[in-house]
Amino acid sequence: MALKDYIRQRFFPHIWCPGCGHGIILNGLLRAVDTMGLDKKNIVMVSGIGCSARISGYVDFHSLHTLHGRALAFATGVKLSKPELNVIVPMGDGDALAIGGNHFIHAARRNIEMTAIVMNNRVYGMTGGQFSPLSGYGTMATTVPYGNIDHDFDVVDLATSAGATFVARTSTYHVHELAELITKAINHKGFSVLEVLTQCPTYFGRRNRIGDASEMMEVYKKNTVRIGSKKKQENPDLLERGIFVQKELPEYCREYDNIISKARQK
Amino acid sequence: MEKCRLLFSGSGGQGVITSAILLAEAATRYESLNAIQSQSYGAEARGGATRSDVIIWDKPIFFPKVNQPNILICLTQAAFDKYIFSIRPGGTLVTDSRFVKNPGLVDARKVELPFYDTVMEKIGKPVVLNICLLGAIVRMTELVRPESVAALIRERFHPSFHEINIKALELGVELMSGHAMATQ
Amino acid sequence: MHDAIKFIQGNEVCVEAALYAGINFFAGYPITPSTEIAEQMAVRLPETGGKFIQMEDEISSMCAIIGASLTGHKTMTATSGPGFSLMQEALGYAIMAEIPCVIVNVMRGGPSTGLPTHVGQGDVCQARYGTHGDHAIVTLTASNHHDIFRMTIEAFNIAETYRTPVILLLDEVTGHLREKIEIPEPGKIPLTKRLRTAVKSGVDYHPYLPREDGRLPMSDFGDIHRYNVTGLYHDMWGFPTDKPQIVYGLIRHLVDKIENNTPKITRFRKYYTKDAETLFISYGASARSTLHLVENRRRRGENVGLLELQSLWPFPADIVREACQHVPLVIVVEMNMGQITKEVKLAVDDPKKVFLANRIDGVLITPTDIRNTLRVIQGKGV
Repeated sequence: MALKDYIRQRFFPHIWCPGCGHGIILNGLLRAVDTMGLDKKNIVMVSGIGCSARISGYVDFHSLHTLHGRALAFATGVKLSKPELNVIVPMGDGDALAIGGNHFIHAARRNIEMTAIVMNNRVYGMTGGQFSPLSGYGTMATTVPYGNIDHDFDVVDLATSAGATFVARTSTYHVHELAELITKAINHKGFSVLEVLTQCPTYFGRRNRIGDASEMMEVYKKNTVRIGSKKKQENPDLLERGIFVQKELPEYCREYDNIISKARQK
Repeated sequence: MEKCRLLFSGSGGQGVITSAILLAEAATRYESLNAIQSQSYGAEARGGATRSDVIIWDKPIFFPKVNQPNILICLTQAAFDKYIFSIRPGGTLVTDSRFVKNPGLVDARKVELPFYDTVMEKIGKPVVLNICLLGAIVRMTELVRPESVAALIRERFHPSFHEINIKALELGVELMSGHAMATQ
Repeated sequence: MHDAIKFIQGNEVCVEAALYAGINFFAGYPITPSTEIAEQMAVRLPETGGKFIQMEDEISSMCAIIGASLTGHKTMTATSGPGFSLMQEALGYAIMAEIPCVIVNVMRGGPSTGLPTHVGQGDVCQARYGTHGDHAIVTLTASNHHDIFRMTIEAFNIAETYRTPVILLLDEVTGHLREKIEIPEPGKIPLTKRLRTAVKSGVDYHPYLPREDGRLPMSDFGDIHRYNVTGLYHDMWGFPTDKPQIVYGLIRHLVDKIENNTPKITRFRKYYTKDAETLFISYGASARSTLHLVENRRRRGENVGLLELQSLWPFPADIVREACQHVPLVIVVEMNMGQITKEVKLAVDDPKKVFLANRIDGVLITPTDIRNTLRVIQGKGV
């Protein structure tokens, strides 16, 4: 299928700013879905609130645009009630880890087969550039006008500790890796987390003097390396990309089917 | 019939709520009477003061609480001290003679029975104290047949507990039968 | 002995009724005094092939039942005071996105964590106004096991009919007390099935375009029609919009579909109202105490009556006005500071004849409490 067959052209143009990385993630996602040959009617995309959340409206899947931070909670209801559906949950960094942090760790702990894509642009874009739990110490944002004294989460470490059975990271610069990792995350039989570093030139880039969209993507190119790369040993500040966790543990929906069998035998 | 209002009181874990439920359930499901059971409790799962209210009547029951019991059952001194003044004048007070010492002057008929000591002597397991008590109440009120309670015990409890509970029930019936009130 | 006769708690009756109504998904979080509903659901739902999940909080519980409703299931959650506060956000979402679901609130004393193990009826206005923005809501209540069974089923039926969340307000007393309930034979109480679209594949389906009768046929997630669901104002495809004419049309639709059907949604019981000179209005556990008093007074030849409300929202103002019309004295009995009393005063022609008999200390109001209030109003003293 052509990629345009996966989108709702009626609802374009999208709301994202010129240079925003979110469109690249949308593209990567559609290419992944196309490669996998998934039937559109078997995909549900559940999102929260924020720039990232609007992604669900543009795709021609079942789409559930919910409340700030609550996407995974809604998605849990969708998935458990109809496990045959592929549930994909794109979330912003504030969405997933500030207001939605509790739902995030519990979905990971439960190991329910869904794919959480954390679209990490390190800023609240929709409300005009406030710091998020992923902005990091020393960054600038409208609510930290004298510099950020909040420390950031490491999404990969957090998801791993919380029990996610697939954890990966990439960036909008690495578009082929992006589609490949989304495919692997969706195929994973358990809760999968993919962090995608995505540029917000309008708020994060401008305020932190990183430059325009292409310059921000240059940073992703320069400052990240594949897991296990020698460069990381030479320069520990580099951020690793790739699959950090990939393991099999009992999946929640399948486990619940066993509960039903037990209850019925009683 | 007269509306029968019972107040079971004791400490959490003694099983007074279970006794109250069994009595009320037997009345509704086996004797075609109306019954309501309710309870009030605090945050503690064990210990603390527990009460359970039961009303049995042949007419519809609306207000579900027992403010003035015809029959007040106290399995601890603390419960006795707390509820003794609520008893309906001319009502009946049922206590375990081991736990409630010298009820004193009470405007009620006093039934002090050695439930605990009897259970320990004849069965050796204190967990069935509440069922022994229930046997006595069943004998005293004559609203519910002991067989009905026994049937309910078989329905509700794990089979390994049937025998000792039914024995405790019979012990309670006997204890009460031997008491002066039963032969009045 | 008939197996259908059970001696169980009100909370368990609610579970049996939900199963009768065809529930197949429940999400919840433990909280006193509603926990027995979750516990019993955990036992009973998988027996019928349904799903139970204990979520990380009440926020996610409410969200999860909305998600599960969209895949075509009948869903419910149950909570009490503080949990009900947490659910208000997603409750508003269910109203806006028109998702059928049932929320049970077994009321305890508030505000805040208040009185976890004691009764109150202080959440009546929260059920109506708790979530932000103009909206309409359906709220049912019950005072005894027979009615808990019926009202739980009504809640599911109304949710499906109007594509709306429905709140069932129980209280600690009715939720925890045990009395007899006879479970009706399957099929005896009519159930409302979800109205699904007949639009075929390849034809444009408009999930948010009401039919002439105001109803909106649904399509399950996983079926052929793919559409968007959002809490934002949205057009007939469910896509976000802020066009004033669409915004106006949607808010009117959301309110009118409930308010205009008030007579159909209203449920009540009347006891001795025809010749009543004093009319009591009550609901939930308070109605039990009131009925106790009314029966006693009637036996003594006093012309007292009771209007027991089983639906609180939309407020049945017409029924109340009519019942109060020729009555010189109206006493509303509730365990709060007059949340329904205010509505009654607004409904009747002469608000000065409306009084409140209440109790707000966590103890079930007694027939004596109500009698004393009546005597004080009558100038007889206690």
